[in-house]
Amino acid sequence: MTTSTVVLALAVFGASAVEMVEALTIVTAAGVTRGWRSALEGAAAAAVVLAALVIAVGVPLARLVPIDVLRVVIGALLLVLGLDWLRKAVLRASGHKALHDEDEIYAKTVAELSDGSAANAGNENAGSSRRRPRDATGFTVAFKGVFLEGMEVVLIVITLGASSGHLALAAVAAAGAAVVVSGAGYLVARRLSEVPENTMKLAVGVMLTSFGVFWVGEGSGLHWPGSDLMILVLVGVFAATALVLSLAMRRIGPSPSAEPDAVGSR
Amino acid sequence: MTAVARALGAFARFWKDFLIGEAPELFVGTLVFVGAAQALRHHGAVAVFLLPLIVIVFLATSVVRARDRS
Repeated sequence: MTTSTVVLALAVFGASAVEMVEALTIVTAAGVTRGWRSALEGAAAAAVVLAALVIAVGVPLARLVPIDVLRVVIGALLLVLGLDWLRKAVLRASGHKALHDEDEIYAKTVAELSDGSAANAGNENAGSSRRRPRDATGFTVAFKGVFLEGMEVVLIVITLGASSGHLALAAVAAAGAAVVVSGAGYLVARRLSEVPENTMKLAVGVMLTSFGVFWVGEGSGLHWPGSDLMILVLVGVFAATALVLSLAMRRIGPSPSAEPDAVGSR
Repeated sequence: MTAVARALGAFARFWKDFLIGEAPELFVGTLVFVGAAQALRHHGAVAVFLLPLIVIVFLATSVVRARDRS
């Protein structure tokens, strides 16, 4: 297994884990308020659609588009995504942007869904009844939560997988992250706010940016010194950059108007 | 509006949010980076030093701009 393959698997696993934490918050809120059956069916349906997208788009992309063109285009997409994640992680780490608060998102979603189900008899027992009939709202909210958060994972799986020729490995890493996060979510119940989401996002942002730079260079015909090992050098350079930027921005001081993220934002 | 038009609109919005989002300077920076990679592809050592530097400059600019806007 080459260096780039290991970093690729770590990047996909990390990105998928971050997005799945956010999706799990919404699915848990839908399950508790509207019944687990509909919420889990909505989440499963979204996962099937996302998997179908990876196969429908990723496989033809990897087979039909010339590898150098693919690497420039995909490297650029990874760079846009990675830089955006890095920017937000630096701003959050330095206090210039509010941290992504899963507890707040959970409470907000539960409140919205509880309002909508006020007319239903026995609402307070919604989470405990396994025989409860299907609930369209619970299904839709869980489906949208998993689908919207999962779209970025699909993009990362397709881009990283197709351009490196390891689409199956990227898909397995993403699925592994979904299983690990679901298992952890079940064990820690609703304490998702304890997940070091910003640190994970910063690490994944560094990896996506490094892959983006490396592949745009490779696709353009540049020969990086050390070949795949250059990815590790780039990871080190961008990690150090993020650290220095975070420290510098922290010295400037936090902004009093730091607003929390909206649900579903990256 | 037909379902197809709505779907196309949603698809376009998704890509606009994805590519530009809150930081259009990062999209511009990526375009500059791709152009520089094409221009410097035969200048090995210079490219290896300059390309990551371009990314760092645009990231720092974007972070400072976000701070100024807040």
